[in-house]
Amino acid sequence: MTNMDLNLTPDERQFRDEVRAWLQANVPKDWESRRATEDMKDRFAFLREWQKKVFQAGWAGIAWPKEFGGRGASLMQQVIFTEEMARATAPPLANVLGLMLIGPTIVNYGTDAQKKRYLANILSADEIWCQGFSEPNAGSDLAGIRTDAHLDGDHYVVNGQKVWTSYGWAADWCALLTRSDPTSAKHHGLTYILVDMKSPGVEVRALRQMTGETEFNELFFRDVRVPIENVLGKVGEGWGVAMGTLMHERATLGAGIQITFKRQFDRLTELSHIIERNGRPAAEDPVIRQKLAQSYIDIEIMRLNQMRSVTRMSQSGVPGPEGSIQKIFWSELNQRFQQVASELLGPYAQLTSGGAIDDGQWAYNYLRSRGNTIEAGTSEIQRNIVGHFVLGLPKSY
Amino acid sequence: MQFGLSETQQTLKNTTRQFLAAECPSSEVRRLIETDSAFDSALWKKMADQGWMGILIPEEYGGFGMGMVEMAAVLEEMGRALLPGPYLSTVLLAGSAIQHAGSEAQKQQYLGAICRGEAKATLAFLEESACWSPERVRMHAYAHNGGYVLSGSKRFVPDAAVADFVVCAARLDGELALFIVPSSASGMAARPTPALDGTRKLYELMFDAAAVPEGALLAKGDRAVAALEHAFAVSTVGLVAEMVGGMQRLLEIAVEYAKTRKQFGRPIGQFQAVQHMCADMLVWSESSRSAAYFAAWAMSENTPEAATAVSVAKAYASDSYREVGNRAIQVHGGMGFTWENDVHLYYRRAKGSEIAFGDATWHRERIAKLVVDRSDLLVR
Ligand SMILES: Cc1cc2nc3c(=O)[nH]c(=O)nc-3n(C[C@H](O)[C@H](O)[C@H](O)COP(=O)(O)OP(=O)(O)OC[C@H]3O[C@@H](n4cnc5c(N)ncnc54)[C@H](O)[C@@H]3O)c2cc1C
Repeated sequence: MTNMDLNLTPDERQFRDEVRAWLQANVPKDWESRRATEDMKDRFAFLREWQKKVFQAGWAGIAWPKEFGGRGASLMQQVIFTEEMARATAPPLANVLGLMLIGPTIVNYGTDAQKKRYLANILSADEIWCQGFSEPNAGSDLAGIRTDAHLDGDHYVVNGQKVWTSYGWAADWCALLTRSDPTSAKHHGLTYILVDMKSPGVEVRALRQMTGETEFNELFFRDVRVPIENVLGKVGEGWGVAMGTLMHERATLGAGIQITFKRQFDRLTELSHIIERNGRPAAEDPVIRQKLAQSYIDIEIMRLNQMRSVTRMSQSGVPGPEGSIQKIFWSELNQRFQQVASELLGPYAQLTSGGAIDDGQWAYNYLRSRGNTIEAGTSEIQRNIVGHFVLGLPKSY
Repeated sequence: MQFGLSETQQTLKNTTRQFLAAECPSSEVRRLIETDSAFDSALWKKMADQGWMGILIPEEYGGFGMGMVEMAAVLEEMGRALLPGPYLSTVLLAGSAIQHAGSEAQKQQYLGAICRGEAKATLAFLEESACWSPERVRMHAYAHNGGYVLSGSKRFVPDAAVADFVVCAARLDGELALFIVPSSASGMAARPTPALDGTRKLYELMFDAAAVPEGALLAKGDRAVAALEHAFAVSTVGLVAEMVGGMQRLLEIAVEYAKTRKQFGRPIGQFQAVQHMCADMLVWSESSRSAAYFAAWAMSENTPEAATAVSVAKAYASDSYREVGNRAIQVHGGMGFTWENDVHLYYRRAKGSEIAFGDATWHRERIAKLVVDRSDLLVR
């Protein structure tokens, strides 16, 4: 290993400059205010078009193999791209679950035919994906899922219910975790199947979340027939495949989020010179200064932890259970940070429109951050994982 | 980008750990805590033989001229072992100040002696006001008979009783000045001020018209302020690295205990309340480690964000080491509250380290100056 060097290498720098130049020329302006003004579906269609443009320019799936539509570049370049996107206030890519979680799982576990079939369409946003893991009776205890898949000729027949499925309403495909062996217990007898959401028997119901949006859904499967070649990994070994997805979720979701936090922090700092508190700019209030500085520290530590973990992942190739440390850190940091924002903005913090600061973005962020310590595995589950798998403490269940 | 130790750096860290495990086990730490100065000359000699005294000092003055990252790796292990004595005071505080501002003759004389293990030193800065800002230095110095005379008192000076010379901040003609005062100077006396952390003894240094020769002036005015800031930045990074080592050790001790101590017929580590305390300890110690090594790297590269990086690391580690200590004691139950258990030794060190060179609140205000009071935001 070379000496510690946190500068980008000349190659990485050149790559960053290319990305930066492209984004500067192509990022659509004023898209951010769309959340307030636009219908969720219209907004999603817009994000889908944006991803297609990114794909056509060769920036989607930077670390994915070339033969399947990716760029075949390094994980570090992927991170650089994500950071530059956020820095340029570019819109997010529509197919976030496909890109971050399901695609990488297909890269790891898929057959060549599956890789050929699915990966390029994930990158181009021609096919949007959702993740059907959680069920009403199996959230944290994911291995307790009951959605049944039984073999009938060359098809699996799926029956059951999923819940909290983000982007279910937009999805063309679902990465579905099923129980293929009804006699099996817990982690055994699970199978990971790729389900076409247009199949007869799939029903998507809206589920409104506390932010008021209906970003996630309930999914119902009634005698849905799925060809056997849609099984990802081996039949009965779906738990291992699903864990691969979850580790990616914990390890990679952070990269773009960090820059988003930093951008929000910079904006909040700017606001602190305008917003008054006790008759002077909030930026001059010693308590606010302490809290802003602590937010800066948290966001900076998140970036540094991430750089260490990218280094580690570049060397080992796979995300490890340390991803749980990242997940705990960023989710709890965001809740603290949004509270600081709220305090700084004072009475303005609660306005969602009608004279709200930044189109009500801060009120939305405040509520949305509440989900962070639940989605992608709760903070309690992450601490269990750290205890069990990183520190080697005896399992509590 | 590569954010991890290189093989050579890792080897240096490993050999440091092996050396300290053999030469400074916890029994030795406990013995030294009970002494007046926490200094052991035989151990000091062996440390010098390892080359540690000259880790940051350029070769022309007898050192090895290694970087901040190597320094941090060694200090992390020292913190893990709770190494007592004047290493940080000598090498990081006094050494860096002299390296930054010293004349050629001063560097040859003092840095050479430090590298050979012949001199221990410290830096006297704080006064009764206990404020870390250079503007608050009040101690009086004036020119007299071709030399200088110093009067006043310095507080919270680490390792003053064993120091062969003291780099002392005072006010000369209204400006900040740094003097190198030999322990033999008449009119200078050290009074022990026992504190929580027995591994790093603190003193009040009293100067009653202490006379020093002309060559004792290290720097004056802006150069003195810069030298002081440099010495504090280097020492802060070293201290944070030590804190990381301490946190790592506390985590290991607590996890080990959680695996072996049984209650309700099972290891306490099987209870989630205990597991989650351990998980938090890991998050804090790993995060502090990221911050410590980034600050070390940023300083070695002299990057524009170095000043912020140092404060981020110190603020974060100050809160974290204390909290890691809290959890470590809690995991141990009543055993954690005993003198016999090593955890309190770290807990005490955590408090001393939290305070040294500015606590979290002080560094957060420093960060606010750097990132909130940005001129591009103020001019509008
Ligand atoms: C915004 C959002 C988006 C989501 N998107 C998706 C998605 O796209 N696809 C998908 O499959 N799922 C999704 N989820 C679901 C999410 O993964 C689950 O909500 C989460 O895993 C928790 O499961 P649960 O809701 O059943 O809560 P429960 O498991 O019932 O947990 C309730 C409480 O009990 C605690 N608890 C449970 N078990 C333990 C234990 N062993 N030890 C300690 N404490 C425990 C939990 O930490 C929590 O505090 C999403 C959730 C949110 C909030």
